[in-house]
Amino acid sequence: MKRRITRSVAATIAVLVGLGLAACSGTGTSGSGDTGSQAVDAALKKGGEITFWSWSPSAKTQVAAFEKAYPKVKVDFVNSGGANDSNIKLQNALSAGKGAPDVVQMEYQSVPQFVLAGGLLDLTKYGFGDLKHLYTASSWANISQNGIWGLPQDTGPMALFYNKATFDKFGLQVPKTWDEYIDAARKLHAADPSYYITNDPGTDGGLGSAMLWQAGSKPFQSKGDTVTVNLQDEGAQRYATSWGTLVSEGLLDNIGGWSDQWFANLANGKIATLPAGAWMPGVLESGAAAGSGNWRVAPMPTYGDGPAATAENGGSTEAVTKQSKNPALAAGFLKWLNSSDESVGIFVKSGGFPSTTATLQSSEFLNDKPAYFGGQEINKVLLQAAKSVLPGWQYLPWQPYANSVYGDALGPVYASHGDLSKGLAAWQSANVTYGKQQGFTVKQ
Amino acid sequence: MSSIALRADTRERTATRRPRRRWTGLWFLVPFLAVFVVTILAPVVYAVGLSLFRNRLVGGDSFVGFDNYIQAFSDPKFLEGLLRVCVFLFIQVPIMLVLALIAALAIDSRRLAGAAFYRVAVFVPYAVPGVVAVLMWSFLYSDRYGLAGNLNDFLGFDFLKPFTTEWILPSIGNIVTWEFVGYNMLIFYAALRTVPEELYEAAAIDGAGPLRVVWSIKLPALRGAIVIATIFSIIGSFQLFNEPNILAGSAPGVITTYFTPNMYAYNLSFVGQQANYAATLAIIMGVVTAVIAYIVQARGARQEVR
Amino acid sequence: MMRTPSSVRPRPNRQRRSVILTVVMVVFVIYSLLPLAWLVVSSTKTQKSLLSSFGLAFSGPFAFFDNVQQTLTHDNGIFLQWFGNTLVYVVVGAGGATLLAALGGYGLAKFSFPGKRIVFAVILGAIAIPGTALAVPTFLMFSQLGLTNTMWAVIIPSLVSPFGLYLIWVYASEAVPTELLEAARMDGAGEIRTFFTISLRLLAPGVATVGLFAIVATWNNYFLPLIMLSNPDLYPLTIGLQLWNSQGAGIGAQPIFNLVITGALLTILPILLAFLLMQRYWQSGLSAGSVKQ
Repeated sequence: MKRRITRSVAATIAVLVGLGLAACSGTGTSGSGDTGSQAVDAALKKGGEITFWSWSPSAKTQVAAFEKAYPKVKVDFVNSGGANDSNIKLQNALSAGKGAPDVVQMEYQSVPQFVLAGGLLDLTKYGFGDLKHLYTASSWANISQNGIWGLPQDTGPMALFYNKATFDKFGLQVPKTWDEYIDAARKLHAADPSYYITNDPGTDGGLGSAMLWQAGSKPFQSKGDTVTVNLQDEGAQRYATSWGTLVSEGLLDNIGGWSDQWFANLANGKIATLPAGAWMPGVLESGAAAGSGNWRVAPMPTYGDGPAATAENGGSTEAVTKQSKNPALAAGFLKWLNSSDESVGIFVKSGGFPSTTATLQSSEFLNDKPAYFGGQEINKVLLQAAKSVLPGWQYLPWQPYANSVYGDALGPVYASHGDLSKGLAAWQSANVTYGKQQGFTVKQ
Repeated sequence: MSSIALRADTRERTATRRPRRRWTGLWFLVPFLAVFVVTILAPVVYAVGLSLFRNRLVGGDSFVGFDNYIQAFSDPKFLEGLLRVCVFLFIQVPIMLVLALIAALAIDSRRLAGAAFYRVAVFVPYAVPGVVAVLMWSFLYSDRYGLAGNLNDFLGFDFLKPFTTEWILPSIGNIVTWEFVGYNMLIFYAALRTVPEELYEAAAIDGAGPLRVVWSIKLPALRGAIVIATIFSIIGSFQLFNEPNILAGSAPGVITTYFTPNMYAYNLSFVGQQANYAATLAIIMGVVTAVIAYIVQARGARQEVR
Repeated sequence: MMRTPSSVRPRPNRQRRSVILTVVMVVFVIYSLLPLAWLVVSSTKTQKSLLSSFGLAFSGPFAFFDNVQQTLTHDNGIFLQWFGNTLVYVVVGAGGATLLAALGGYGLAKFSFPGKRIVFAVILGAIAIPGTALAVPTFLMFSQLGLTNTMWAVIIPSLVSPFGLYLIWVYASEAVPTELLEAARMDGAGEIRTFFTISLRLLAPGVATVGLFAIVATWNNYFLPLIMLSNPDLYPLTIGLQLWNSQGAGIGAQPIFNLVITGALLTILPILLAFLLMQRYWQSGLSAGSVKQ
């Protein structure tokens, strides 16, 4: 047992040293970048075998197409079941020192944590920096802090999805500002208490973070080992006042997202709007099929008369793990997966929202008139959303944990129709305590 | 002669005769012990070791002695969870065991037509995997599209609200009872079947009524089984995890990540990267559980002697 | 007056039926079977009508056979793979657990050696510790041994059944007379041979009982396999169903609740069958085990 502890201490030291070296070798890699992308191409030609963990519905089709294009490469695809399960399994494999796949799907918000743990490979040396121009600024920013940790797969700029049938039924106008949104919420719920403007039980940390982001808040800043957590800045207060009204007046349905009650209420219109990421159309089409034709998309409401502003909610990347025995080949697969036209095309067809600017701006994409949305050209709205994502956002180095305890802090506040800002303060305090326990220097 | 006399004779003889093989017995135990040591004992020892260290995201491993334990005893989340499982235990276990007892007595009473059918039907829930059990009860509890909702509509007011803070613990208790009442019933029923026929006949001769028979014959025969069932139920209650964990999705905001100590340890370990603290909590829970189980066993044995 | 020896079980049914008891037991049965009624009814519904109809009433097209066919063929028939895996885990795991418990309990019962009480106290103490915190150390250990993500990672931990050990201990003390063993020893038979040829036969009801409980436990095993396995081809049914369940959540979701429900029903059926077939073993096994000396 003593041996085991010493081994893990040694491993940690090795990791920290490795991180330090990687930081030192940093950005001056344009020369090695050329050799890097050649190494990738060579590996693809040579062939080999790699393991790929993903939970995307389109992953299997993409893998099949890849193997057809590169017959010498065998990809062992594993359905990892979802972000949470995948994180747990990946973390276990990293602790054990083996068992991690070559390429792994990961939500943007989890990237800082796994970078810190030294589990991911910096892809700068394979010339991935040259691919920056292919992607939207906000999606690239998610994977490019102090290195290149993957390639964006999808992106989730938020927009307001609303049920036109419900709006028409109750004589509501599409809200342009949050004040108008609150008025609509009151009117709707007063007219029929089984209808709600939207659902939010106060347990989705990803949604909460995105809403803070959209309000202009920058609650999480991290630089090395120093982290600042401030859930009371100007943007946060704006959000707390506005959304807090919905909470305290009981205007939010307490159903959790992705439960069958949720799907049922989306289909029958009792949930009238969804502020959600651009991947929501796929979810609506497959889970709430009975609501087809009723839903539309509009830009997110603004705070007052400001310009259009939105945030990213969700979205993931693929990354190469340090445990990979064939990193060049893994990098090659990753490159094909998220930048080749064929692969991105499969992804979009399965309902994903792409992060490649070419796809986003293609006329085929923009002219799409899905029947579910009554023929509205939704991608035009969503492209605008992608362009108005507020810059400068950072996730905590322990974001998955922070999101898991978000419900502990805010759930009770929502359930008792209490003060949202108190709930945020509780979340802040939980994060500060955790950060200090984990050895960070935490400022508030 | 009577079989009872014959048995007493045999017992006497075996008591005085000491089995001669001393260490062979240990060899029979070795396969079990080998796997036990590897799969349970070693991880426990490792966990004890873990609880004396702290591994930070920044800074790695360091020896902290009993700091984790001190932190645990003043951690409101842990104490809240501990109190909750204690309350759960003191209410759910007796209810479940009493129900199991009633069912066992009823089935054993010979005054029930089709006893075999009841035996199987009551036992069936035990065969259902926990995940599936919670899935089924989630439906029944749902006040939107489930049975609870229908009942509320029928009655005209919100009578059943299983997913509120006040009712969530009884709701979970109900699921656990449903899952295990049949299992405990069978343990009791089997113990009842060992009662010698002579005792019933003697009671009949004395003119004892059915309730008297239960009190003087059946319940004493059940004592050992009740003790065992209680101990394992206590262990199960303290380790409550599966049901609240799966139900958390249907009851957002009501079931926290530290609802029970076991859930707290799980989330600390797998989401919070704090395996050391999780190990500490587990060790503390293990000690508490073992102490209470020992007390129950000692009291049960004492009553037996009496 | 006829004295029936205590070894003869059947009791003459002389008394009249009690209405109260029947009522009580009917309530019990409704309580026990109601949730399962929901499962059966739901397995006949399509995904769409699941969300839009009352749970206990049949509704929409009768899709039971459709659902079963879909469940068995979805994703290249991985359900059957999971079913096969579970069979392996149960046969080897539960079988092994029963054997180890039988050997161990027999040893504790029929032989005298120092440290018996301590051994049992240690075993009971160790299972008092919640398994969730032991999962990570077990995972790390198995990883060092190269066993993670293999069938052994599921089978080996399921070989330990402390309750089974205790049960056989108590049962063997009663059901295997020491004279028989002494006689065999005097005939020159080795202990192992004696165990397998003589004692095991006497222990049969108890062993069958332990076996049945072990079957249920390994069939429904969930937590440790979840940690140990990352390859869905090795999943047992419980984890496979949860994988399908979680596919209904998250971004890019494609809910297949109807398959989850049908799959759950199919998962329960084999256990019920094993159950019914082994009914007669239970009561005699457990009953003799509870007899006090």
